[in-house]
Amino acid sequence: MVNEYVESKSDASDVTESKRDFKIVGTRPLRPDGIDKVTGRAMFGADMSAPGMLHGATLRSPHPHARILSIDVSKALALDGVKAVVTSKDFVKQDNSGNQDTLDNLMARDKVLYHGHAVAAVAAVNVDVANSAAKLIKVEYEILPHETDVDAAMLPGAPVLHEGRKFSSVPEGSSPNVSSYWEFGHGDVDEGFAKADIIVERSFKTAATHQGYIEPHACLATMGADGRGELWVCTQGHFMVRELAAAFNGIDASQLRVTASEIGGGFGGKTTVYLEPVAVALARKSGRPVKMVMTRDEVFRATGPTVSSSTDVKIGMTKDGRITAGQAKLRYQGGAYPNITAMLGAMTAFAAYDLDAVQTLAWNVLTNRPKQAAYRAPGAPMAIYTVESVIDEMCQKLDLDPLEVRLLNAARKGTKSSYGPTFDEIGLVATLEAAKAHPHYAAPLGPNQGRGVSCGFWFNFAGNTSVSIAVSPDGTVAVTEGNPDIGGSRASISMMAAEELGIPYDKVRTIVADTNSIGFNDVTDGSRVTFSVGLATIKAARAAIKNMCGRAAMVWGIDPDAVEWKDGAAVPTGHNAGNFPPMTLAEIARDAGKTGGPIAGHFEANADGAGVSFGVHLVDIEVDPETGFTKVLRYTVFQDAGKAIHPAYVEGQMQGGAVQGIGWALNEEYIYGDDGILQNAGFLDYRIPVASDLPMIDAVILEIPNPGHPYGVRGVGETGIVPPLAAVANGVSHAAGVRMAELPMSPPRILAAIDGAKG
Amino acid sequence: MVKVVLWGSLRSATGGLTDVEVDAANTGELLKALVEKYPELESIIEEGVSVAIDGLIYKEAWFTPIKPDSEVVLMPYMKGG
Repeated sequence: MVNEYVESKSDASDVTESKRDFKIVGTRPLRPDGIDKVTGRAMFGADMSAPGMLHGATLRSPHPHARILSIDVSKALALDGVKAVVTSKDFVKQDNSGNQDTLDNLMARDKVLYHGHAVAAVAAVNVDVANSAAKLIKVEYEILPHETDVDAAMLPGAPVLHEGRKFSSVPEGSSPNVSSYWEFGHGDVDEGFAKADIIVERSFKTAATHQGYIEPHACLATMGADGRGELWVCTQGHFMVRELAAAFNGIDASQLRVTASEIGGGFGGKTTVYLEPVAVALARKSGRPVKMVMTRDEVFRATGPTVSSSTDVKIGMTKDGRITAGQAKLRYQGGAYPNITAMLGAMTAFAAYDLDAVQTLAWNVLTNRPKQAAYRAPGAPMAIYTVESVIDEMCQKLDLDPLEVRLLNAARKGTKSSYGPTFDEIGLVATLEAAKAHPHYAAPLGPNQGRGVSCGFWFNFAGNTSVSIAVSPDGTVAVTEGNPDIGGSRASISMMAAEELGIPYDKVRTIVADTNSIGFNDVTDGSRVTFSVGLATIKAARAAIKNMCGRAAMVWGIDPDAVEWKDGAAVPTGHNAGNFPPMTLAEIARDAGKTGGPIAGHFEANADGAGVSFGVHLVDIEVDPETGFTKVLRYTVFQDAGKAIHPAYVEGQMQGGAVQGIGWALNEEYIYGDDGILQNAGFLDYRIPVASDLPMIDAVILEIPNPGHPYGVRGVGETGIVPPLAAVANGVSHAAGVRMAELPMSPPRILAAIDGAKG
Repeated sequence: MVKVVLWGSLRSATGGLTDVEVDAANTGELLKALVEKYPELESIIEEGVSVAIDGLIYKEAWFTPIKPDSEVVLMPYMKGG
């Protein structure tokens, strides 16, 4: 549902366009990819084939940490049906350290840094031969000690993954495994704590979790003798794939045309490359198309989960609930290579609050685990989990209402954020008030049941975007964009084009074009697409409208400035414009060849103006005190969408984020043995929630317009995963009568906590 | 002069300061002036930064105008999922 509250109470009166009377935006047309997906016609990464195609297989490290002394591929190459083998020596060394890390991660160079790290790859006539050949590759290792725990990896004497990789800001004396250190905040926290009536200080741990997309990584590469290649790939960003695959193979980006398949989930995990540059290298070496498809085991062992974390939080509060100071020390491990996730955790931990004194310190630590990849609002869920848990405990101690305390301290327009800038229009207060007024908050609870509350925040980003709109002679419209659709963006983009042009939604079709058919686009990440591509679509449509108004002016023999666009037609305006009947888009399109040629509009920009988004989640949980089993009874998400273009898709994002967060809170975790090997690399042992585990997730959309978008849009894809960790943890704590400080809160952990409280 | 707020861990590159002042009329000039005044910031700025101007975050944009009274915050380069 779309909450009516904001429509009457929002103070965003300066955002006039977002208050316009939309005809299409805000409706719920059928999803354009629905029939293809339910009939099996949709083409995913592994669905593409080519004549003469080979199949690739990857040899992966059996050790969590070892030096590669030698690799002998001769026996593999001698096997009948094997056409090519590649190792790190087949790729081009990169100047950029981040790109070199990505390359080293997809094909180990001097050392293997985690169990499952790729060492070599084979292309053969079928998968069985490729797998057999991979086993014939002889790698000589010098086994090194390993570490997978974040706190242990920071200690003196811990096995060192890389020497000399720390950023300049890392304090002297830190472990070589600390690759970066960050500090944010303002005010004097010591002074703030001195003003507090109560101070609570707690330590928390969260496990690494995988994005859990249903479709494994897959691609098909061809590379002709003329140096021109094609790549079909399941990805969140085919331009990114092109840049990296071309750079790693030493070819010109424009000679590698990359097409994005339909995508079976990404959630941030498909914002980098694993197989794709390898498939290109094998295709070039063999002279034949090469398909590579990961197994689920490979997905778990070798593609990015998110980080695991260890965090200390200290918050001071007055008796009436005002936070006087907040401090968090966050230690994240994101596997074997540097990353920025700890930084994002430090920036977001206290972002929901208007604080005079706040300080966050963050360390990224290298461990012998796979290189982390982004996962919806990377870094924020685990950081905000710790802060929201402590606030909940303080509300409990002071007998204060948790929503009232959050309202008292909530960030609002004019608040200096905990990460630096001052907020403009934001929707946290409205979201909290909507939660407080909702029947869920007042519903009675039964025995062994508890209610949890949490706020959440995500920045949302914009970035490089290109859109082209072509008006067909029959008066229909083709929109071409370059961001893979991972959450319904093709529908939303068509709706914005139709809204702007004044034509029905079903007269517009939006496609995601290959890399040679549209200008550059950043990856589909950061909740950026409906905002950035939508903005570019509106501006491209306006360019086409200007063109069409000019055509009508030519026909009427009047000044182009005397023509305006209204309800899908050019109309004369002003006293001297003449009394011409409206000329519709279809009429202008039909005669376009006679008035100057085809009609199109395009827009390219590094977009800015993305608005931050806040959410509040309510959850009712029941805990079985005999087994520690948890059951989610009721769940409601309140989130600011700015303007919901297609509310059903927005609700889907809110529900999906909540479900992934519930899994993170209750069951999901990477479990490592002392041998440094992941013990649960499959969906049987890595338990994600399924429909039968959960109630319907109720979604309440708030609309506090983003001043940076013509329609007020804010990204909605990531905020929804942020609050569930703390909301569920707080609910479990109230239901079980014990406060949990480690995720996931699996039944054995809950039972142990209950038993421990009994003494 | 424009007042620029830096994130806390950059103080090691600015002699302990997190609020600094430089002459700049746009984001490109701002980054250049910061490197000229505090050379230890060069590697950090080259690794990638964002600039927030009056609450809006700009990534990799050199020609975004900055008014003398704008709130300017240097931020790390960020990306989402």
